Amino acid sequence: MEKVIAGKTIHVNDEGFMTDFKEWDNTVGEALATENEISLTPRHWEVLGYLQTEYKNEVPLSIRKIGKSGVVDIKEFYALFPKAPLKTATKIAGIPKPASCI
Amino acid sequence: MKHLVILGAGTAGTMMANHLSHHLKRPDWRISIIDEKTEHHYQPGYLFLPFDIYEPEDIVKSIDEFIPKTVDLIQGSIERVVPEENKVLMADGNVFVYDIMIVATGAKIAPEETTGMKGSEWHHSVFDFYTFEGALNLRNKLRDWQGGKLVIHITEMPIKCPVAPLEFAFLADSYFKHKHMRDKVEITYVTPLSGAFTKPKATATLEHLLEEKHIQIESDFAIEQVDNENKKIIDYGGREIPFDLLVTVPTNKGDALMERSGMGDDLNYVPTHKATLQSKNYQNVFVLGDASNIPASKAGSVAHFEAEILTENILRYVKGEPLKEEFDGHANCFIETGGGKALLIDFNYTHEPVEGTFPFPGLGPLRLMKESRMNHMGKLAFRWVYWHMLLKGTHIPFVSATMSEKGKHYDTATTH
Repeated sequence: MEKVIAGKTIHVNDEGFMTDFKEWDNTVGEALATENEISLTPRHWEVLGYLQTEYKNEVPLSIRKIGKSGVVDIKEFYALFPKAPLKTATKIAGIPKPASCI
Repeated sequence: MKHLVILGAGTAGTMMANHLSHHLKRPDWRISIIDEKTEHHYQPGYLFLPFDIYEPEDIVKSIDEFIPKTVDLIQGSIERVVPEENKVLMADGNVFVYDIMIVATGAKIAPEETTGMKGSEWHHSVFDFYTFEGALNLRNKLRDWQGGKLVIHITEMPIKCPVAPLEFAFLADSYFKHKHMRDKVEITYVTPLSGAFTKPKATATLEHLLEEKHIQIESDFAIEQVDNENKKIIDYGGREIPFDLLVTVPTNKGDALMERSGMGDDLNYVPTHKATLQSKNYQNVFVLGDASNIPASKAGSVAHFEAEILTENILRYVKGEPLKEEFDGHANCFIETGGGKALLIDFNYTHEPVEGTFPFPGLGPLRLMKESRMNHMGKLAFRWVYWHMLLKGTHIPFVSATMSEKGKHYDTATTH
């Protein structure tokens, strides 16, 4: 389905995850963060950038991998994106929800 | 004489030994299968052991009963594999050189990955049911447990048989009802996922069942530690869930042998091509069952479907022909829902479980994603099928290795 955010039209699935990363930019990211009640700090951007790079390299994302990434530890990841950090962070980053399992 | 070596005589390895013994014969080929264990466990039975539905003897048989006579069963532990040199180094100093190796070393629980999990309460009020000892100790605990807070918990994905913890919750509800003490037990299901299961349609059905059985669900819970003293589990966000009895599925990992041999990823799973089952790093190494990192369920049914396709691919490899990219991630699982009923789900890499009929389109007799007694009978009958057909590599009639879309009620856009 289509959604208008920050003056741009983006495509999202039922759960609000963007389906086309090409439509993402920093303003869309900011707006998605606001929707999720997060105001982005430079630390948030670092983590989002890391998630996007991993996605582009087709590395499957999991809490465990992120904890071992050296970019952020799990405790801080939770502090930055409370409750369900992987879900919230990937949503803001404009990448698919990690299929952590089968 | 060429040598094919299979590592692991569990479900997957035993099936491959049986399949291949019909095709790769002496004097051209020697097949060896290596395992240090002497018992073969019917792992789906671990689910029933805690509730006194199965006895230990229903689950345990001797490993050699299922290995064909033409295959050499080597019982010993492996020190290391050197895939660059096609060698398996045994702990006793023996060395086996192979032309083809099949890795079927499975997955096991690693409670030590979580702080406090294997602490003072381990097997006192904190139990697993993914090992024989865990399931048996839990049975003894449940026999005289007086009730309280029962927390059923998954540490992190992936795990073997991802539906097993849900089945445990449903069977626990049934068990305590039967013992006339359901009102004394508060059941909570704690998962790192956002819902009861990984696929949307099945999640909706299963969450409805949890609600019907008054089982609370706590989702998005990534455990940081088990607090043994205060009997609670705590997640990275600081969320705390108290328990009187914790039944947890610890982190699952591939065998430490894969780590020692430098063949595994961060969870010791072997990087594997998901459609051919060939190792990504070594052409003459193939991987099936729980040992691989492919994005399919870690389940016996998956290993069974893989075995049919892998047999064909190994024969192609032997002849120098290109491998078939045929494995589609097909899984087929019965889900016990308690009260003598079960659900059945059938799915693959791209198609989530939906409602329908199985295995005959429109006829059944099994119904997909609906509770029925017939499905429960199917699950119980499966133990016989496992010992007598599955391990021997006998094709199960009407059930194909790749998933059939017939008789299933897909929306136009259910594929993922």
